[in-house]
Amino acid sequence: MADPSYEVVVGLEVHVELKTKSKMFCGCANAFGAGPNTNTCPVCLGMPGALPVLNREAVRMAVAAALAFNCTIRQRSRFDRKQYFYPDLPKAYQISQYDAPFAEWGSVAIRSGSTRRTVRIRRIHMEEDAGKLNHLGQNLQSSAGSLVDLNRAGVPLIEIVSEPDMSSADEARAYLNELRTVLSYVDVSDLRMEEGSMRCDANVSMKPVGFVGSLEDLPRVEIKNVNSVRNVGRAIEYEIARQSRLLAAGEAITKETRGFNDASARTYSQRSKEEANDYRYFPEPDLPPLMLTGEWIASVKAGLPTLPDAWRERLTGMGIADQDIETLVHDPAQLAFLTRCLEYESDVRLVTTWMLSDMLRLLNAADLTFAESPVGPEQLAELLHLIGDGTLSGRMGKELLENMFATGKSAKTLIEQLGMAQITDDRVLREQVTSVIADHAKVVEDYRSGKAKALGFLVGQVMKRTRGQASPEVVNRLLREMLDE
Amino acid sequence: MDTLATSAGEIAQSVRVGDVSAEHIVNVYLDRIRRLDGELHALLSVDEAGARAAARMLDSLPAEQRTRLPLAGVPLVVKDNILTDRLPTSAGSKILAGFYSPFQATAVERAVAAGAVVVAKGNLDEFGMGSSTEHSAFGPTRNPWARDRVPGGSSGGPAAAIAANLAPLALGSDTGGSIRQPAAFCGIVGLKPTYGRVSRFGLIAYASSLDQIGPLARTVRDAGLLLQVISGLDARDATSSAEPVADYLAELEYPLRGLRIGVPSQYFGAGIEPEVRSVVMSVLDRLKAGGAQTVEINLPHTEYAIAAYYLIAPAEASSNLSRFDGVRYGFRAGASDLVSLYQNTRAEGFGGEVVRRVLLGTHALSAGYYDQYYVKAQKVRALIRRDFMEAFAEVDVVVTPTAPEVPFGLGSRRDDPLKMYQSDICTVTANLAGLPAVSVPAGFVEGLPVGLQFIGPAYSEALLLRAGRMVEEVVERPRWPLDEP
Ligand SMILES: [Zn+2]
Repeated sequence: MADPSYEVVVGLEVHVELKTKSKMFCGCANAFGAGPNTNTCPVCLGMPGALPVLNREAVRMAVAAALAFNCTIRQRSRFDRKQYFYPDLPKAYQISQYDAPFAEWGSVAIRSGSTRRTVRIRRIHMEEDAGKLNHLGQNLQSSAGSLVDLNRAGVPLIEIVSEPDMSSADEARAYLNELRTVLSYVDVSDLRMEEGSMRCDANVSMKPVGFVGSLEDLPRVEIKNVNSVRNVGRAIEYEIARQSRLLAAGEAITKETRGFNDASARTYSQRSKEEANDYRYFPEPDLPPLMLTGEWIASVKAGLPTLPDAWRERLTGMGIADQDIETLVHDPAQLAFLTRCLEYESDVRLVTTWMLSDMLRLLNAADLTFAESPVGPEQLAELLHLIGDGTLSGRMGKELLENMFATGKSAKTLIEQLGMAQITDDRVLREQVTSVIADHAKVVEDYRSGKAKALGFLVGQVMKRTRGQASPEVVNRLLREMLDE
Repeated sequence: MDTLATSAGEIAQSVRVGDVSAEHIVNVYLDRIRRLDGELHALLSVDEAGARAAARMLDSLPAEQRTRLPLAGVPLVVKDNILTDRLPTSAGSKILAGFYSPFQATAVERAVAAGAVVVAKGNLDEFGMGSSTEHSAFGPTRNPWARDRVPGGSSGGPAAAIAANLAPLALGSDTGGSIRQPAAFCGIVGLKPTYGRVSRFGLIAYASSLDQIGPLARTVRDAGLLLQVISGLDARDATSSAEPVADYLAELEYPLRGLRIGVPSQYFGAGIEPEVRSVVMSVLDRLKAGGAQTVEINLPHTEYAIAAYYLIAPAEASSNLSRFDGVRYGFRAGASDLVSLYQNTRAEGFGGEVVRRVLLGTHALSAGYYDQYYVKAQKVRALIRRDFMEAFAEVDVVVTPTAPEVPFGLGSRRDDPLKMYQSDICTVTANLAGLPAVSVPAGFVEGLPVGLQFIGPAYSEALLLRAGRMVEEVVERPRWPLDEP
C-alpha cells in the first residue's frame, strides 16, 4: 500500500497522570469518579488571589519516571504559563514547562517482531491537567450548553515527547506498550487510557527517501487525544494510508491537527496549523525555579525497582525463552508471582512452564490476574515439589491444580483428603503388572514379536487398575523387566 | 481619652489594659466614616455590623488573652484588591462588583488574629493599575489635603482614609509604587516590604513578580507595628520568604549613628519638580546636621526602569486577568456563544486602563515579540538589581523623592497615560529589584504633601523604619486636614 519512495515517520506525545494523593498545586484529592466539582478549592478553581504551591510528591514521581527512561534530569528547571481561553481551564493558563523541562534525552527499547530498536525520548515535562466539559450535545459549538467539571483541573501530568523515531503503527504500539510497562514498574500512574489517565497524540508524516532537510519542514499531521493503544495503531494505519493516497494522486499533505473516530476508524480534520494558537508562554512568576540536588536525584534513582530491561537480562540468564520473557515482563503481577515462586522452587523452567500454561489458562478462564490467583506462588511451588519427588504424576498434578484453584486448598491437604498420592512402591505395582500380563497374553505376544506400541497398552491397563495413581515410570520399568526376562 | 489623637499603638495599649473598649473605638471611627467619606470616597464598602461584632468579641476575651494582641481593637482599612471574608472584594473593577471571596488573605488573617478590626475596604485604581485612583470603576477618591486633587494610586483609598483618620491603619499593595506614592500624596507613611516578606495569598494579582502587600499609617511606628504582624513565611505562597522576621519596633527609637545615605543623581535631575527636590534636600541637610552622611551615587540603568516596568507588569497582568472570563464568578455579559461570552464580558467588565495594559502585555508576550520586549525587559531588570547591589556596598540606604511632583488635579491626566506612567519614575525600581522601600512625609509645597523615599537592601525593613523615624524627628508634624482642633 505505502509508496516505496516515502518513509513513514511517527512521533508520539504521551500524557500520563501521576497518581499522587493530592493535586499538583493544591491539597484537593486527586481521585477519579467523584461528584462533579467536589474535588476543588480556590486554587484549582482559579479564584482571584489563590496561589499554586508545588506538590513535592508529584516531582518525585515525575523524576522517578524520567530516570526509568534514562533521561538526564535538569537540576534547575522552571514552570511556565501556557495561555489560552477555554472553559475547562479555570485560570486561562496551564502551568507547564516550556523551554526548561525537568528531563531530557532518554530512550525506550522496543521490540517489533524479532527486531529491536531504540526510540529516543526528547523531553519529559510536568504540567497540570485541565478540567472536563460535558456537552449537552455533540460538541461545544452545537450544544445548548456545556457543564464544567473541574475535579481533574490541577491533577499532575507528565508529558513524554518522543523523537520521530518510529516508522510504523506496529512500532508505535510497541513503544506505547513498553512505555506503559516501564511506568507500571515505577508505579506512578494508574495508566488507564479509557479513564484518561494516559492519553496519546501521534504525529505522522511521510518523508521522501533521501530527504536530508529538517523533519520540521515536512507537513506533519498531529492526531490528538487517541484513547487506547489499539486506536493509536489504527489511527496511524489510517493516516499512513490516507497520506499515501494523497501523494499517489499528486496532492499535497496539509499540516494540520486531526481527531480519530473510533467507530469509522478514520481520522478527521480539526484545525489547520495556520490557525494554531499562540500560547504566549512566559515564566510562571508564582513559583520559584524548581531546584533539584544531585543527591536527591540519586536517592530517587536508588529507590527505583528492577526495570523491564534488567529483568529481561536476568530472565535470559535463567534460561527462559525470549517469548516467555516478554509475556512475563509486560505483566508485573506475573513477574512478582514468578520471583516469589522461585524462592520455594529453584527449577526456573519448571515454574515458568506451569505458570504460563496451566496457571494462565485457569486464570484467564476465571478472568483473574496472577495477583488475584487463588493458588499462590508458595502453593504452586509445593505442588511442583510433590511432582518432583514422585508423589504425583504430571497428569495428577494438573488435575490437582484445578482442584486447588476451585477450593483454595493446598496440594498436600487435597492429596490426603482424596487419597491421590502416586503409587511408586515396586511390590504393590509388581502385583498389578503380573496380573495385567496374565490377562493380556495376546498383547504380550505382540510386544515380544517387536510391536513397541503394545507396551503402551499394557501401561495403560496398569494405570486403569490403579485409578491413575501408579507411577508411569515405575510401571514402564517393571513391565520391561518382566517381559524382557 | 481622645481616641482620635492617638496612634494605633496607643489604641491597642488602651484596649489591652481595658481603659477603653474595642467597641467604643470602632464606633468612634465608624461615626467618622459616616460623616466624612461621603465627600472623600476613600472607601468602597463598610462593615458596621461585622466590625462591631468583632470589637465586642475582643471585649469579651479574658484579659490575659487580650493582652497578647498587638493590634487589639485597632480599626483597619483593607485595600479592595485584598480578600476579606465578610466584605466584598471588587479590585475596583466592574468585573468583580459584588464579588465575595470564599477565603481571606493571609495578611488580613494575621492582622485580625492580632486583634485588628476590619472596618472597610479602600478604593483603588482598577486592579491596582494607576497612580491616581481615578481608574476605579466606582469613582475617584479625593485627597483630604486638597479635595480637587488626586490622593495618588493605586492605594489612594487607603492612603486618603489614613490622612482623614477614617482608621489608624491600612493595608495596601504596591506593584510599582502603589503604597508609597499615595502615602507621599496624602502626607502619611507607606512601606513596601522586600518581595516575599509578606504573603501574597489573597491579594488579587496584578503583576505577580512585583506585587507586595504593605502597611499605611500616620507614623513610622504604627507602620512597623502592622508590618510586624503581617510579615513572615506562608505555606500558601511559594514566593514568600523563610527569612526570619526582625523585631521592627525594638530599636526604632535609637537613631542610626553615621547613617550613610546614597543620593543617586538620576532621581534628583530632570523630571523632578524643583520644589519637591528642595523639600527633600532640606530634610537631607537636617539629617546631615544630625550626623548622617550623604554620598553621591550612580544608578545608571534607572532611565530604562519605566520602560521595563511597563512591559513586565502588563505582561504578567495580561495573564493574571485572563481568569476573569465570565464563566465561574463575577460579571457575565449577555452572549450568544463562547467567544462572544469572553469578548463581551471582558469588554464590558474592564475599564479603559486595564484594557490598555492587557493589550500591551498580550502584545509583549506574543510570538515574534517576546524576545524583543519581555526578555529584554527582564535583562534591564537584572541590571537595575545589580545597580542597587553595587550601591549598597557603599551606602546603607538610597534616598529619593517618592514622587516627582505634588498631588495633581483630578482629571488633569485622564487622557495622558504616558504622563501618568512618569509618576512612577521614583518607585518602580524598588519593585523591579525586589527591595524594600518606605515613604515618609518630608514637608509641604504650598500646602500639598511631599514624600521622601528610602530604599534599602533586601530584608532591611528594620533599618528603613529607623531611618524613617529619624526623618519624622526633623520634620514638623502637620496639623491633619480633617482632625478636629
Ligand atoms: Zn484544589
